[in-house]
Amino acid sequence: MSQSYDRGLVEDFGRWREFSAGMWAWIFHKFTGWVLIGYLFTHIAVLSTATVGTTAYTNTISGLESLLVVRFLEVGLLAVAVFHILNGLRLLFVDLGVGLEAQDKSFYASLVLTGAIVVASVPTFLAGAI
Amino acid sequence: MSTQVTEQEQAEAEEESTHQRRRLAEKAERQEVRDRMRERAETDLERADTVFDLKVFRYDPDIPEKEDPRFDTFPVPFTKGMTVLDALMYARDHYDSSLTFRHSCRQAVCGSDALFVNGTQHLGCKTQVVDLGDSEGVPGQIRVEPLPHQEVVKDLVVDMEHFYDQMDAVEPYFDADELPSGELEEQRQTRENREKIKMSARCIWCGACMSSCNIAAGDNEYLGPAAINKAYKFAMDDREGENRKQERLEIIEQEHGVWRCQTQFSCTEVCPKDIPLTEHIQELKREAVKNNLKFW
Ligand code: SF4
Ligand code: FES
Repeated sequence: MSQSYDRGLVEDFGRWREFSAGMWAWIFHKFTGWVLIGYLFTHIAVLSTATVGTTAYTNTISGLESLLVVRFLEVGLLAVAVFHILNGLRLLFVDLGVGLEAQDKSFYASLVLTGAIVVASVPTFLAGAI
Repeated sequence: MSTQVTEQEQAEAEEESTHQRRRLAEKAERQEVRDRMRERAETDLERADTVFDLKVFRYDPDIPEKEDPRFDTFPVPFTKGMTVLDALMYARDHYDSSLTFRHSCRQAVCGSDALFVNGTQHLGCKTQVVDLGDSEGVPGQIRVEPLPHQEVVKDLVVDMEHFYDQMDAVEPYFDADELPSGELEEQRQTRENREKIKMSARCIWCGACMSSCNIAAGDNEYLGPAAINKAYKFAMDDREGENRKQERLEIIEQEHGVWRCQTQFSCTEVCPKDIPLTEHIQELKREAVKNNLKFW
């Protein structure tokens, strides 16, 4: 063997169309996890205005809530959180060795459930904004 | 003296030329065979009801034209029951005898022809061409590549060394603490225990699982699904005894052992022997936790 060819990692994400359910669940779980960590920081930033005073906090909140884009971001946050929770439950069962044959179905179920909850929440989140 | 030399030279030259002639004749014969096979392929193609394109990854560091990896496409006449391996052999025999791939048993036993077919790991000999198509039947094109995440040696042949190293790392052999005391010296296994490890014993070392795992791709030291499954087979074997099981658990719960698995199920998805790999890895994780959590 004089030489060999390393096809590298390039193919990995270029082949996303061929990914299976378990792989998608993993990607979504990672992604939503990072989004939640990111949110945590903005959450802390907003909450810390309360250390300045109650009015400062109220002003920040109402200022943010009056922006339409913030309302939409909140819907997105809910979607991310709900998926992360549901898939987390799915992973808990996987860790316990329960229902591993149905791991793809439970992934689809968590997607559908997330969708349903998010759609149901839209009126609450957008009320008063539009 | 001088005549002798010339005689010798002459003899050598003669020998050389006969040698040369024989070589040329052989070459011509080979060319003839090749032409004949190609002709036969043409008639095959004309007669066939269905023809599909076999698109194959080509690479050969020793040949200038193949130094840069590329794909070659061969039209293959479909015959009933044709597997991907059959199609590859057809292409090799009729179009390009240098097309290189591993195969041996042709019945999903030896594990030598795990390939990347249409973007998924498959055993060439176990994969029916029709199954790759949609409801219409035979697909128009089949793309065959070497297993990803392994170095390509030539065409579809990958370097399996690392995979074998990981397999060896879990000490994949039966190694009992003590011999049974009864007069019979056989190492009896209960039926239940046999059932438990039955699936894990089916591994044919094809490497499909390891190639599909993108944790293994990112962490070269990760034991990988096949090796962990192998460890499972022996760790769960009751006949080996407690001490040995302890040693086995230490191997699998090391930093690059079971805890690397992030339950993507890619390995379970592709294993041609339908071994529930993720399930076995998860069970070993629980064993490892139980082993370390002692509340007394
Ligand atoms: S576990 Fe399955 S996919 Fe992995 S090497 Fe063994 S037979 Fe092949
Ligand atoms: S040729 Fe032996 S497994 Fe396919």
